[in-house]
Amino acid sequence: MLTLWNVIWFILIFVVISGYFILDGFDLGVGALYPFLGKDEVKKATLRRAIGPTWDGNEVWLLTGGGALFAAFAPAYATTFSGYYIAIMLVLFCLIVRAVSLETRGHDPERAKFWDVLFFLGSALPALLFGVAVGDTMMGIPMDAQGNMALAFPISFVFLLRPFALLCGLVGLMQFLLLGACWIAVKTEGELHDKAVALRPKFALAEIVLFVLASILWFIGMGIDPQAGLMGAVFGIAATPSLTIVSAVFAVVALAGMALTFMWSTKGEADLKIFIVAAVICLGLCFTAAFGMFPNWVPDSLMANPVTVAEAASEDFTLMWMFGITIVGLPILLFYHFLCYRAFAGKITEADLEY
Amino acid sequence: MDVEILARLQFAFTAAYHFLFVPTNVGLGLIVALMQTRYYKTRKPEDLAVAKWWVKFFTITFAMGVATGITMEFSFGTNWANYARFVGDIFGAPLAAEALLAFFMESTFLGVLLLGRGKISEKFMTAAAWLVWAGSTFSCLWILIANSWMQTPGGYAIEGGKAVLTDFFAAAFNPSTVARFAHTVDAIIIMGSFLAIAIGAYNLRNKKNEYFAKRQIQVGTMVALVAVVLMLPFSHMQATVVANEQPEKLAAMEGQYEDGPADLYLFGWVDEANQKVNGIKLMDGGTSLLAWGDPTKETIGLNTASKNIEQRIAEVRSGEYLRNGEQFYQTVGSNEEAYAPATTAPVQITFQSYHIMVALYGCIVLWLIFAFIVRSKINKGQAAPSGLLKALYFAPLFPILAIEAGWFVAEFGRQPWIVWNELLMVDAISPAVDAPQLIITMVLFLAVYALLLFILFKNAFRIIKEGPEQVNVIEGEVA
Ligand code: HDD
Ligand code: HEM
Ligand code: HEM
Repeated sequence: MLTLWNVIWFILIFVVISGYFILDGFDLGVGALYPFLGKDEVKKATLRRAIGPTWDGNEVWLLTGGGALFAAFAPAYATTFSGYYIAIMLVLFCLIVRAVSLETRGHDPERAKFWDVLFFLGSALPALLFGVAVGDTMMGIPMDAQGNMALAFPISFVFLLRPFALLCGLVGLMQFLLLGACWIAVKTEGELHDKAVALRPKFALAEIVLFVLASILWFIGMGIDPQAGLMGAVFGIAATPSLTIVSAVFAVVALAGMALTFMWSTKGEADLKIFIVAAVICLGLCFTAAFGMFPNWVPDSLMANPVTVAEAASEDFTLMWMFGITIVGLPILLFYHFLCYRAFAGKITEADLEY
Repeated sequence: MDVEILARLQFAFTAAYHFLFVPTNVGLGLIVALMQTRYYKTRKPEDLAVAKWWVKFFTITFAMGVATGITMEFSFGTNWANYARFVGDIFGAPLAAEALLAFFMESTFLGVLLLGRGKISEKFMTAAAWLVWAGSTFSCLWILIANSWMQTPGGYAIEGGKAVLTDFFAAAFNPSTVARFAHTVDAIIIMGSFLAIAIGAYNLRNKKNEYFAKRQIQVGTMVALVAVVLMLPFSHMQATVVANEQPEKLAAMEGQYEDGPADLYLFGWVDEANQKVNGIKLMDGGTSLLAWGDPTKETIGLNTASKNIEQRIAEVRSGEYLRNGEQFYQTVGSNEEAYAPATTAPVQITFQSYHIMVALYGCIVLWLIFAFIVRSKINKGQAAPSGLLKALYFAPLFPILAIEAGWFVAEFGRQPWIVWNELLMVDAISPAVDAPQLIITMVLFLAVYALLLFILFKNAFRIIKEGPEQVNVIEGEVA
């Protein structure tokens, strides 16, 4: 039975995921833009420095999301992480090499090229794959009675690359690129700044197109039975349309955010203001997905054994304790973020680059 | 069976690897904070150079700790899905709390510490250094709460095929949490201080950066002295907890087959076929004496342990553990024969790891004495013997090996359980992940981790060779 605590935690998890997509989203975006904007050593150092002091704190949002999902909805965590095994491992290796390349690059000039490539790949690939994972979860995967991915490797991996999921991946990638460009605009001056400013409306426009396409595919997919042959497996969506209205409201929020980002960036509004609207898009996207699935956590494309929010939830007693910990922890960690971002506020100057 | 072994192998490798960097970073975190505090107080340029050098060194080892930690966090969902389903209600909470209450503190202020110099006040820098260390120590606390709960579960009940929380504090402060935390963090501090000593010895022997070298030896020896002395009560506490809570593990640690008082061996080899230990026995009933203060106190041997475990396995698999009306272990495989678990821990490896760890404590004490000889020489303004300094290069090897050996004792000694007396390893795997997937990722882990380690060593040695910035003491001014 669905309890109030279940719903609170379902929403909280998506708040944390949004937090991750916003904060580490711009780090990933900067990394993905790095080879294209970082044309010389100074520009490269500036880009790395733009996320240098904060990327690790931002990444902890992912660990919090993973930990909270484990604690509040362990079966959903188990199903997705083991079901998407190879994809998750790919993300993991990317995050590993990104972390090491960022921190080591400055101390290891001999292997500069090597670290640059790893930094780019370690950022760009997760930026794409996170969206794919969301798309796959929205569509549902085939599961056995215990909630384990029913397909065997390697089909289980190829299966994840369904058109709708890939499109979601591209929407996510575009969103992260947009956030990256917005952040670069906030943190830099001169040529880098101008290039980032020029990129912003392009990314926003591309995202609008991709998002509309994905929405169309979603509505078509809902009419196709996922069990109906190959067509069904590739395009069909195991949706429970109970909260489609709420989902649609958030889709509109996301779309409005994209449109506003586009307009403001062509009109030359303040960089920080544009970054903030672009961040709001993440909330819109995450909750569009959340309420597209509710009351399931992971829909089953065979329709038989979805992992539902109610079934997956830990007992209320655990959820209450966790809520207490969150209430204490959240303001404190936001305060840490505040201190850190304030210490490094302002444009990056030549003097910042040597340490 | 294959999948179980592969998944265990992967976890053992990635955890042991992560735990090369955790002790390095948490241990050095203390050294970094001490050096930064020193500069904050003296404001001498040579102290600034020392503090700056440590932060630089810290950057590259810390990145490795963070990067490899993500693997651990993901692994419960990817490789141990049934485990996650079984313990989610309890085990997930400390993991989430670790991120919320510890990682954020540590990683945010790490950013400040690494790149903040010149941008923020030295007071804030010093506070950041201590907060990084505090954050990493809290993170040890939470992860060790999680691990201890698996070793000696408390504050829970089994309902609907999973463990549910009944008492938060009884779960968090289960019988082994306090001892494990004290023992592990103390070990970590030994590691950090021994690294500082080794780096000091390197500079002394090569007659470089004399001021820097002396600071390392002086601070390193004092921190190490406290930690090495404290190790005695803490490890005693740890061993007592095992003797009382996990007597089956104790039997494997001392290779004892028959019930009776537990003996104490210095070294030995377990002859598993004949059920005896060949080696140097320190004292009949020695382990009983250490654990209970009574050499005649009887404890169970491996034969009884095996019977106990067998009986408990039957209980666990008999219907109390139903999920959706089905028995838990059926999710793993229908062939019960193939999934029959062992009924004791692997004796040889548990025995050897345990004795290696204790022997390494002896080495640690010896090397600490060497360090004190060097310290007294340099305090008197004499040159320290070159051979002694060379020996000190190897100081950090002993604590790191002891730490790894200790985890092998704890983790192998717990077999066949993943959650002591409640959940078997074989029932904890991810049914969706098969052998090819595990082999692919294992190969990737080996390749990537080996490469990273190689590069880390190259860079670390280069930074050690470069040493701190030379300061012009006469000018006495540093930005
Ligand atoms: C939070 C929990 C936790 C923590 C902190 C550790 N482990 Fe562990 N360990 C497990 C949770 C676990 C586990 C999930 O329970 C495993 C997986 C397979 C198993 O036997 O238990 C395990 C297994 C396992 C094994 C294999 C045992 C076997 O195959 O019989 C080894 C050798 C280690 N671990 C070593 C370590 C080391 C060196 C650690 C230092 C970081 C460590 N463990 C920390
Ligand atoms: C298998 C269980 C473990 C998990 C799930 C885990 C998880 C993690 C994660 C996700 C990180 C990266 C944090 C960041 O981005 O800042 C990390 C780093 C860290 N872990 Fe682990 N870890 C495990 C084992 C341990 C153990 C046994 C300890 C201590 C006793 C420990 C202490 C630390 C510390 C202090 C860090 C900070 C980075 C560093 O100093 O290396 N971890 N861990
Ligand atoms: C006086 C000698 C020592 C004794 C008697 C001792 C005792 C023990 C015991 C009995 C365990 C297993 C606990 C369990 O199964 O839960 C253990 C684990 C461990 N030991 Fe030691 N130890 C000693 C010295 C050291 C030293 C010098 C270090 C490192 C510097 C160290 C690091 C560890 C670590 C990291 C663990 C794993 C933590 C845990 O699970 O408890 N030990 N030790």
